[in-house]
Amino acid sequence: MSNELTLDKPSATPATGEPLLQLSGVKKHFPVMDGLLFKRQVGAVHAVDGIDLDVHANESVGLVGESGCGKSTLGRVVTRLLEPTDGKLTYAGQDITHASRKQLAPIRSEIQMIFQDPYSSLNPRHTVGAIIGAPMEINGINPKGGVQNRVQELLETVGLNPEHYNRFPHEFSGGQRQRIGVARALSLSPKLIVADEPVSALDVSIQAQVVNLLQQLQKDLGIAFLFIAHDLSIVRHFSQRVAVMYLGKIVEIADRKSLYESPRHPYTHALLSAVPEADPDDVRERIRLVGDVPSPINPPTGCRFRTRCWKAQDKCATEEPPLVQLSGNLDGHLTACHFPEDGSTAVPEPRAAKEL
Amino acid sequence: MTTLAKPEEAAADRGGSSSSPFLSVRDLSVRFSTEDGVVRAVDNLSFSVEPGTTLGIVGESGSGKSVTNLAVLGLHNPDSTEITGSIRLAGQELVGAPVRELEKLRGNTMAMIFQDPLTALSPFHTIGKQIGETYRKHTGASKKEARDRAIEMLTKVGIPQPTTRVDDYPHQFSGGMRQRAMIAMSLVCNPKLVIADEPTTALDVTVQAQILDLLKDLQQEMGTAIILITHDLGVVAKTAQDIMVMYAGRAVERGTVREVLKNPQHPYTWGLLSSMPSLTGPVDIPLRPVRGTPPSLINLPTGCPFNPRCDHREQVVGGKCTTERPPLAPETGHATACHLSVGQKQSIFIDQIQPRLG
Repeated sequence: MSNELTLDKPSATPATGEPLLQLSGVKKHFPVMDGLLFKRQVGAVHAVDGIDLDVHANESVGLVGESGCGKSTLGRVVTRLLEPTDGKLTYAGQDITHASRKQLAPIRSEIQMIFQDPYSSLNPRHTVGAIIGAPMEINGINPKGGVQNRVQELLETVGLNPEHYNRFPHEFSGGQRQRIGVARALSLSPKLIVADEPVSALDVSIQAQVVNLLQQLQKDLGIAFLFIAHDLSIVRHFSQRVAVMYLGKIVEIADRKSLYESPRHPYTHALLSAVPEADPDDVRERIRLVGDVPSPINPPTGCRFRTRCWKAQDKCATEEPPLVQLSGNLDGHLTACHFPEDGSTAVPEPRAAKEL
Repeated sequence: MTTLAKPEEAAADRGGSSSSPFLSVRDLSVRFSTEDGVVRAVDNLSFSVEPGTTLGIVGESGSGKSVTNLAVLGLHNPDSTEITGSIRLAGQELVGAPVRELEKLRGNTMAMIFQDPLTALSPFHTIGKQIGETYRKHTGASKKEARDRAIEMLTKVGIPQPTTRVDDYPHQFSGGMRQRAMIAMSLVCNPKLVIADEPTTALDVTVQAQILDLLKDLQQEMGTAIILITHDLGVVAKTAQDIMVMYAGRAVERGTVREVLKNPQHPYTWGLLSSMPSLTGPVDIPLRPVRGTPPSLINLPTGCPFNPRCDHREQVVGGKCTTERPPLAPETGHATACHLSVGQKQSIFIDQIQPRLG
């Protein structure tokens, strides 16, 4: 892979036309059971709680948030590894919310997933050839020139030696294993890839190699990405649009320029300010958030962020802010907040770390 | 096995240390014997830490960061590990010190904060008991005193309702709170040296910010020396005064945070910095990662261990990179281990590297 490639300048506004993937009001609740003999439901984990999101062909949408905010669950709902509790999930104009296994089979080959941990997501007893060839075998696809030929082609695409076809995963390093995972996801020429923290288990220099590979593939093959990560700088580098999740809801979504340069939601602002930059002259004022994320079993009423928000008022506890385009925002920049930031908002007085 | 260090270099090192620093590591080498051969995890490493300051050790996995610090704490299995060189803590030699001596120091004068608090805390004992255990061992305090001390420490690290939370088990704490409890545990005997091994890697950015602030506040209050091991240059920039960049068990660059991050001089440090996307840099150009993968520590490349991945080795006259190992020079201040001349490094950095970093 050449290092000299330059990528096309991505458009700031979301692509027009029919979205490839459409989520409207998607919810996923996991029941909490109790009782000794007779289990009964005593509550539910509101992992994903009403998400509206479009992913267009050829576009990369980033999904960021703290652990436990439901971003991975959403990824699993999109790939239909989990069935949504409520809402509607449309893929290429087809409602797949409650589609059966049989109905899903042709669609599954178009939506692929790249997993976080390259150690547990590859079967240690299968050769690389078998791992990458499995999706083709399962879907009864016989590519021109045979499966082995196609697998070797894929290995080359992701920057591995095609002669390593017969090796086992343990013979590869973490970064190489992640490339095998990418090759497997590519084997069926998918239209959408859900990448769940694809680089967070890798070292910095290897991370950059894999990010470059994914970016190159997106450009060459025109695959849409749902890129889930907690690292805000990597998401910014990879995704044209970014959604910020908090406790199962999207609190802000925008093209990356608007989101990173003029965040309107206090949570987005706080997240961005907490990212340490490798620059000793970095004088950004840091917003110190109070406490931890509340439990998704009993999410706060009204605005979910209010328990940690320094701007919260009575209205925030009673009325849930809708995800809307605020005045002054570009098209497609939606924020769910009663008292949005305006860019010049004073940062709250820093408190001693111990009080938090 | 080759000789450890060039004798003149080692002699110069010892001669140079006139005032003895609080923790001083000289020519430390750690080797493990395995079935496949001898792993040279740390090779001829020297550094020192002063009280009240933080040294950030940066490097990828397998670069020897953790092994170095486990050697400082004396936690390697002596049967399979060969440690040479010298580690002096407040004048006391730790290499080859008897186990009893080390036991007196561990948890008392020096303490460690581990990466993953869930595996480092025992699930069977309450948080209070685990914090108090160290205190009782080193001070001979009663159970009641230890409990009071645990509550005091929990208050100090900002756990709400410490009097009730002291009797909780680790699973009842959230990730950030567990890391706070770990910090309380390591600080319970007011150690002079704290080694924090990736203390925030498992945490979210907002919680990470809280923990780093807490460490800084406590350091100011108690004058602790901290060694912060991390792979995140951002974390180091926020917390440390000095940085040491490690590669394949050796220090390749050393200096103050400003020197190393603002004016890096080693090709590996350049690679690390240009691999990391920033929040403000340009987005439409690809990242520039370091080529290839880290070397095997059993079969290190000859000469400079970084040479197979280095983009600049053709510029060195005489092809010294593959034959001769570059020493970390100069002796003090901002130093790099690279054969490129000072002028070459400066011009490569200004012409090629700096524009990319934005």
